Parts: sequence; C-alpha cells; structure tokens
Amino acid sequence: MQVLIYLVYLFASVLFIFGIKRLGSPKTARQGNMLSSLGMFLAVVVTLFDQRVLTFEYIIIGVLIGSALGAIMALKVPMTGMPQMVGLLNGFGGGASALVAFAEYSHIMITPDIHVDLSTSITIVLSILIGSVTFTGSLIAFGKLQEIVTGKVVKYPLQHPLNVVLFLAVLVTGVLVVLDPTQINLLLIIAIISLVLGVLLVLPIGGADMPVAISLLNSYSGIAASMTGFVLQNNMLIIAGALVGASGIILTLIMCRGMNRSLMNVVLGGWASAGSGGPAASSGVQNKPVKSVDAEEAAMLFESAQNVVIVPGYGMAVAQAQHAVRDLANVLEKIGINVRFAIHPVAGRMPGHMNVLLAEAQVSYDKLYALEDINDDFNNVDVAFIVGANDVVNPAARHDQNSPIYGMPILNVDYAKTVIVNKRSLNVGYAGIDNELFYGDNTLMYFGDAKDAITKLVHEVKNL
Amino acid sequence: MTLLDLLLLIYVFVLAIFVGFELITKVPPTLHTPLMSGSNAISGITIVGALLSAGAEEFTLSTILGLIALIFATINVVGGYLVTDRMLKMFKKK
Repeated sequence: MQVLIYLVYLFASVLFIFGIKRLGSPKTARQGNMLSSLGMFLAVVVTLFDQRVLTFEYIIIGVLIGSALGAIMALKVPMTGMPQMVGLLNGFGGGASALVAFAEYSHIMITPDIHVDLSTSITIVLSILIGSVTFTGSLIAFGKLQEIVTGKVVKYPLQHPLNVVLFLAVLVTGVLVVLDPTQINLLLIIAIISLVLGVLLVLPIGGADMPVAISLLNSYSGIAASMTGFVLQNNMLIIAGALVGASGIILTLIMCRGMNRSLMNVVLGGWASAGSGGPAASSGVQNKPVKSVDAEEAAMLFESAQNVVIVPGYGMAVAQAQHAVRDLANVLEKIGINVRFAIHPVAGRMPGHMNVLLAEAQVSYDKLYALEDINDDFNNVDVAFIVGANDVVNPAARHDQNSPIYGMPILNVDYAKTVIVNKRSLNVGYAGIDNELFYGDNTLMYFGDAKDAITKLVHEVKNL
Repeated sequence: MTLLDLLLLIYVFVLAIFVGFELITKVPPTLHTPLMSGSNAISGITIVGALLSAGAEEFTLSTILGLIALIFATINVVGGYLVTDRMLKMFKKK
C-alpha cells in the first residue's frame, strides 16, 4: 500500500509541475490550475489510506471547516482585495507547516522505538522557524493591505539589532534542541520568538513595497512546506514546496528590479529613510505652475488623438475605477482610436495587480503592455493618460541623481505629445517626493476622484 | 533519518528549485497574480502532514495540532485554488 501511495505522490508532483507550466500562458492557465488542484486532490485522497491514518472524525471536521472558510473567502473577496487575500492564504500555509512540524515532533516523542535524530531535529526547528515567521508576517501584511495596520514605514528603536538578537536566539535555542531533543519547551520558545520575528520583519515595510513583501512571504510559505517535507521524509512536499519557493523568489527579484532596489533595502524598510532629502529637494519645483483641464477639454484632446496609452496605478485600485477606465477605452476605440495600457511591474500592491483588475473589467489582455514592451513607443503616443500612478512615471528617476528614486525604471510617459494626469491632488506618492511630470510643459492635470472623473470624461467623449 | 537520507532529500529539493526557476521565468507579468495565488495553493501540500497527525489512532497533543494545521492547510488549498480559478476565468482576449 505504501508503495502505491508513494507512486500517487509522484504523479501528483508531476501534475504540480505541469500545472505551473500551463500557468505560463493565459490560454492554458485555467487548465493548469485545474491540473494542479487535481494533483492536490489525489495527494489528499491517497493519504487517507496511509497506515498512520486510523480515525477520521478530526479529519472530517478539519476538512469541512477549512473548506467552508476557504470557499467563502475565495468567492467573497473583491478583486481589489486580492493582495490581502493572497497575503492571508500565505499565512495559513506557513502556519500549517509549522504546526505539522510541531505535531510530528510530539508524535515521535510518544512513539516508542523511534527517537528524534539529528536530521529530524534540525528540519523540525527550521520548519517551525520559517512557518511561524510566514504566519505572523503574512497576518501583518494582510493588516497593512486591509488598512487595519498602518501602511506607512514603521520604525521602532533598535530595529536591526533587535531582529539580529532574536534570530540568534532562535539559532541558539535550535542548537539546544538538536543537542537534547526531548525538550519540547525549547521548541515552544522557538515558535514564540519566530512569531514575534515575523511581526517585526514585516511591520517596517511600507505600503508600496508590499509587492516585494507578499512575494517574499509566498516564497517562505513554499520553503516552509519543503521543510515539513524533510521532517516527514516526503519528496512530494519537498518538490511542491520548492516550486513555490522558487516562484516567490523570482517574483521578489522582479519586483525589486522594478524599483531598482536591493532586497535588503526593501526588507529593512529603506526607501522612506533614503527619501529624507526628498521634500527639501522637491521644494524647488513646487512653486511652478500647473496646468489643469476639465472633462470637456480632456475629452477633446482624446478625440483628436490616434494613439492613446492608459497608465494605471494603485490609485485606480483605491478608487475602484477599473470599470470606468474600461468604458473610456471602449468609447475611444469606437471612434477609431488605438488604446493600449502600460503596466509598470510594481504598480499596485502585488505582482500583476493592475492586470487582474483590468481583466475583471473585461479589458482584453493583449492590450496590456509591460514596461519594456511599450517604453520605446511613447514618442508616437498622442495622449498618455495616467490614472492614480505617481512615482513610476516620475522623469526624475531618469536624470535627477539626488532623487531617491534615481535609476528606477519608469514609464516614459513624458515623451508622449500630451500627458493627462488624473489625480485627486498634487500630493506626493509613496517615495515622498514631488513629481516633476506634473509641471511638465506637455502635462495637463485632470483633478478628481478617478471613478467620478473618468465617468464624466466618458460622458463628454460620447457627447462630442 | 540518517544523514544519507537527509542528503537524498536535499538532492530532490535542489533539483526541484531548478525546475521551479525554469518554469516560472517563462510566466508573463500579466499572470503574476494568478501565479502567486496558484502556487500558494500548492504550498498547502503540507495538508498531507496535517492529515497524518489529525488521523492518528490515539487522541494526543499531536492530534490537536494536526487538526488546527488541517484547518489552516485546507483554507489555503481550497481558498487558493478557487480564487485562482476565479481570476483566470476573467483573463480573456477579444
């Protein structure tokens, strides 16, 4: 029986790999997700035949409660709430891995003839450490995205020394467990310190750096599952966890590259402090005049254009303006204008955030262009329309060496013939610096809440 | 588990990471969110360990921990796959 179970585990691992492979194209992605869920289903069913599984009451209770909660969450969450949903799910995965390692430890302790050996104790400690950090770290990330916890960069005294000391404390306690594996209290201490560490590590990370934090926690949740695989000596868990770990790391690096920052800089909550010179440096441009337009004038500009590029940012998500933006694109296309969307890699609060919102609004995905695919084309664009994006379109990143965002890849919207920026006010973006784009000769500000303002704009275009 | 057993598991781990890197670098940015939630659901594979603990014959501390782990992992798996499917349904080309 055990052989059969392990063969099915192998099959499930292959399904996970094929599933992720099929996630590589929008055409096959849905099928890929189904293959992967089939793998998970088979793995669960076959595990019920394991010789260790003898009672089913708790399994039925657990699966029913978990499925109900999971399904309710998945079906109720609005698309704008997707970053916090992913954050929360990461946390549950990490927490489960830590708990399984703990359960396995207490199982070994009460089973005669088996003792905790070196390899097992090391992997149990790692599993509890990574799983617990993922759990509380994800809860804090969830809180920040849900705005229960402040989205600002949080500084606390002795931030870095404190984290180093806590990490060393986990290591030392871990070594003690390895030396004397009968001490369950030590494992509890490790769990508690790790839970605190998760809170302290994510708390300093600011709102706009959440794409990095979420990706990183995603990676941790995978590595935690892998570590649990080591504890259980189960290759399927190791493979599945490693795939997720790799996926999270790649996304993390893409997000860091999108901001031209090192992982350390983001994790340590660096940008805002680097931007301390920001407000002072920007005061020079603040007195410059800004040109603004109303809906009717903006509509006329759109109407006389041939090429329009819409650049969405987090502001679009906040205002839930994706449907209004879709309507705008539709009316413009109806009068023969070519409309494309330019998506910066770190726009929004998680990788691909804007793409999901626009997909929800039924914008065809082949109209969405990544930074490198559209940036050389802005010279040919008549109107670049910015909706709730700020730092990612600030030309200072290209030339102002004193700017905290200097070197960050930006969308070159200022090369377009006309730039229309929809924003509620001239307030600064996440980097805390003024945006020189707003004062550009070819820039027009169209003030107002994105949803209302764009709805008005659509109306005006229709009436022309 | 001997150190040799551990080494074999590490082999699998390292090779799987390479497979993961190869697969995921090919995913276009437009699918990054579903990739994240879909891979997140896969990390709920730890559910297998939770089942082993929650289904033990005698009711012990291990069973309680297993039960909580099972609830967590099931939320992760069911929620992750469903929400990914919900998103992927929306990705259409006109």
